[in-house]
Amino acid sequence: MTRGATEGLRAERVSREAGGRLILDGVHLTPPPGATVGLIGPNGSGKSTLLRVLAGVLAPDAGVVTLDGRRLDEIGRRTVAQRVAVVDQHAVTQVELSVLDVVRLGRIPHRRAWSAPGRADDDAVREALDRTGLADRGEQSWHTLSGGERQRVQIARALAQQPRELLLDEPTNHLDIQHQLDLLSLITSLPLTGVIALHDLNLAAMFCDRIVVMKEGRVVAAGTPAEVITEELIADVYRVRARVTPDGPDGRPSVRFLPERP
Amino acid sequence: MTDTERATAVDAPRASRAAVRSGTGIRKLRGGALWACGIALLVLSVAVAVTVGPARISVADVWSTVASHLGWGRSRLTPIRDGIIWNLRMPRTLLAAVCGAGLAVCGTVMQSLLRNPLADPFVLGVSSGASTGAVVVVVLGVGGGAMSISTGAFIGALCSFALVLLLSHTLGGTTDRVVLSGVAAMQLFSALTSFVVMTAADAEQTRGVLFWLLGSLSGVGWSDVWICAAVLVVTLLICLGHARTLDAFAFGQDAAATLGVHVARTRIVLLCTTALLTAALVSSAGAIGFVGLVLPHAARALSGSGHRRLLPVTALAGAVFLVWVDTLARTVLDPQEVPVGVVTALIGVPAFVLVLYRSRRIT
Repeated sequence: MTRGATEGLRAERVSREAGGRLILDGVHLTPPPGATVGLIGPNGSGKSTLLRVLAGVLAPDAGVVTLDGRRLDEIGRRTVAQRVAVVDQHAVTQVELSVLDVVRLGRIPHRRAWSAPGRADDDAVREALDRTGLADRGEQSWHTLSGGERQRVQIARALAQQPRELLLDEPTNHLDIQHQLDLLSLITSLPLTGVIALHDLNLAAMFCDRIVVMKEGRVVAAGTPAEVITEELIADVYRVRARVTPDGPDGRPSVRFLPERP
Repeated sequence: MTDTERATAVDAPRASRAAVRSGTGIRKLRGGALWACGIALLVLSVAVAVTVGPARISVADVWSTVASHLGWGRSRLTPIRDGIIWNLRMPRTLLAAVCGAGLAVCGTVMQSLLRNPLADPFVLGVSSGASTGAVVVVVLGVGGGAMSISTGAFIGALCSFALVLLLSHTLGGTTDRVVLSGVAAMQLFSALTSFVVMTAADAEQTRGVLFWLLGSLSGVGWSDVWICAAVLVVTLLICLGHARTLDAFAFGQDAAATLGVHVARTRIVLLCTTALLTAALVSSAGAIGFVGLVLPHAARALSGSGHRRLLPVTALAGAVFLVWVDTLARTVLDPQEVPVGVVTALIGVPAFVLVLYRSRRIT
């Protein structure tokens, strides 16, 4: 199968302003189909805004986001939602919902007004629950779940959308290390194109196929973890000293931060 | 044993599929049973409520009257008793049902859309705008007698809602801004109402206006019932058409947008629709409080939070609730009548506390 040059979700020269400040400044992003791309960068570097623009929730002030070569704003919200799913860092609701209710939300873009959920919806929900290891938790109340379980349910909801692109905004932020590793293994094992904003450089190096580094709204480096995660880059982007071991497990670099010089 | 249950028991690999299916199955059954019970309860409530009052009337009399007016057989009652049933008690009881259903549906939609458990037609200022409109017509005589209380109330409600939309749009259009603008409009129009009553009304007008302000179903006719019922049906259909869209708001407007919802468009359509229904209801029956606030919470406990089931259940629960509350309001201090809004508040506040107490673990 040949892949067109425009396949998948792409951002081209995307800019976005807020309150007179450029949050995104001419950002290019072309995640290779099937790969997991890690977005790293300090707070306020524009990672979340880029994800929101990619999801079509925010419109770019300049530049375009395309899905298979078509502009996102010309495709229609529902069609985009059938292809691109989003998981936020922290999902909050006051509504009394079961795990099954939450996962079923993922079928909304596939359903028509007035229609009851059909067989395809049930199948997609079941598959999403199986894949995330939640098959026997369907009746449990959302409000009794731990943070890690809630993120897992949100990923199941995203999978129920049957997307080809999955966008995640610091999905491991509120989790302990075991759940962080669990969740990232799950995400990277999925046959999807993933774009994940991450804070933890070691996790990004461990799990991502490619890494894009942002600073002040611009992409300052992009490539494989080994190419991108270097002592110079960390010093430049984060202004901290670090020791990078280039050949960690699987040939991926690992980072150890050093204290400030006295 | 149903097929899906058998599959769960016998076929382990298919267990998860069965779990998804049987979950739906049980809920559908429960939904269907809930529906049937609700409709039966509503019909029975209306029939019994009509028999309550100074003139002694039996349920059989009610059936006979209704049947004769619908063209099935001849009434065996005297014209006076027939008139009491058909022209006085029947429209009043039916309007109670329509108002209860309508206010509860408005509350449900506003709460889901604005993600605020306190949102209801009052909080969005629609009811107080209607009150001001009515008072201006009655006390100041605006319209020179050509304008009825209802018309005044309707125009007031629309003005107030337009102000809320304008304010919230100017302030940034987020859900909390809509609620805050509503509260501001509510305060403004309440103050205007008080001002007009204090400065211009005589004692008798004040009493009449007060009664209307608190919500009252006395003296309503068939035309009120038809208008409100028509608006209710249209609103309910529009809201049911948006049922899955309303579900999508559970995790906020950004989450709804990533599920393919046009957030701004949906919010305008549904807020305008519910505001129109509120305006119609308030202009017929006054500002009956607490139904829109409390009933949605009770209905969610009964049916779950999916709007396809929730909206009809809320409507039925609201209808049954207000039929009985109005019956109580017109009999408890017989021969004097208590404004129905007073009774809904007296019952509603403890009910509200109970609902909040039961859901306190949800943060």
